[in-house]
Amino acid sequence: MAPSLSDIMTPDAAELARAAGGGASAPLEMGSPGHDLFVGLARLGDNTLILGHRVSEWCGHAPVLEEDIALANMALDLIGQTQLWLGLAGEVEGRGRSADDLAFLRDAWHFYNILLVERPNRDFGHTLMRQFLFDAWHQPMLKALEGSSDARIAEVAMKAGKEVAYHIERSADLVIRLGDGTEESHARMQDALDRLWPYAGEMFIGDEIDARLAEAGTIPAPESLRGAWDETVNAVLAEATLTRPDSGFAHKGGRQGRHTEHMGHILSSMQWLQRAYPGATW
Amino acid sequence: MSADTLPGTEDIWRWLSEVPDPEIPVITITELGIIRDVALDGDTVEVTVTPTYSGCPATSMINLQIEEKLREKGVENIRLKRQLSPAWTTDWIGAEAREKLRAYGIAPPVDGTAAQGDMVAGRIARMTGENLTVNCPHCGSANTARVSQFGSTPCKAAYQCRDCLEPFDYFKCI
Repeated sequence: MAPSLSDIMTPDAAELARAAGGGASAPLEMGSPGHDLFVGLARLGDNTLILGHRVSEWCGHAPVLEEDIALANMALDLIGQTQLWLGLAGEVEGRGRSADDLAFLRDAWHFYNILLVERPNRDFGHTLMRQFLFDAWHQPMLKALEGSSDARIAEVAMKAGKEVAYHIERSADLVIRLGDGTEESHARMQDALDRLWPYAGEMFIGDEIDARLAEAGTIPAPESLRGAWDETVNAVLAEATLTRPDSGFAHKGGRQGRHTEHMGHILSSMQWLQRAYPGATW
Repeated sequence: MSADTLPGTEDIWRWLSEVPDPEIPVITITELGIIRDVALDGDTVEVTVTPTYSGCPATSMINLQIEEKLREKGVENIRLKRQLSPAWTTDWIGAEAREKLRAYGIAPPVDGTAAQGDMVAGRIARMTGENLTVNCPHCGSANTARVSQFGSTPCKAAYQCRDCLEPFDYFKCI
């Protein structure tokens, strides 16, 4: 069950939104088309925001300069997509909250990203495996969203899809090279896959909000993306000489606002400035 | 600005063609193809801009430069519109601008090689690595290798020439 919009507005956030000239209208009613769409868009934007933040943590720490730059640029793409998704979520909500307000003024239980994207970076191989498992979902999701009945969603998907096509090429390529690489790199990639596998299933588990959005033709049902994901993952893992774990167990809850212990730590770093100086602008 | 001194849209296009791209100053924002429309609404000049990449940090700088340029030309009322669709493509970079990129040391986009991200014949089509020849902008050699899918900005990939050994940026096709 997703929290209601009145839950999402912490007192500070509500006050800041009002100060910014918004917040005049009533919160969206749970189960209403507007609330469903807000949550659906926040799920998309929170995935790209939290993964973008995680990837940006590599800046200045990657094994080689070229990969450092590549990681920072991938993070930039993801944060840019976040601005589009969360900007649209704020518009749909109609309470004057901007993409920045949504990114910096919500607390952990009001974020709807999947748990996979909040997993810690660990080593470079682990980061790339997480990216690949995500990209293999992200790419067909954006393709499907290009056909959304909501033109605003379709145009963001078309824009983001061009960027993500390069993400999947890169992450698949590196998973193959490292998986089918040295004994050491192979072992690390298999370890990453085994550790991350229980967090992949959440991408394909829908709730009542997803069902209504799919019915309306705005955002496809999570279950509908499983086939395309399996096809990509199986082909790449085979070429990478990695063994697909046979467990179907999936940790879940992130898409409903229930997160792992890592989420609070991410936010304390990401939201530091707005928490120390609420409402600061420059 | 009174009615008799209002600029025409062709004046505005000309002024915008004086604005350099902040990251690749040898080409202008009109050559980059990101200005999608120029219109007059009463005495308000409306400029429609599309971003190259959604996270491109130059976008806000470009908007600022457009405003500065129009103010310098005496325009008082300016409205900037963001347009996402149709999404920007490197196809909109003209032949002359591509030559300027090459002279500046950036290999211009090779048309028709945008990443698709789709499965082809059971595997990921890694066409940018396999079917793409990028000529070195320094010595012209086709004997080049990709170092990384992402170069100094998201819109570029990092390459190295195997003949003259110079590293260079390739403007990726999207």
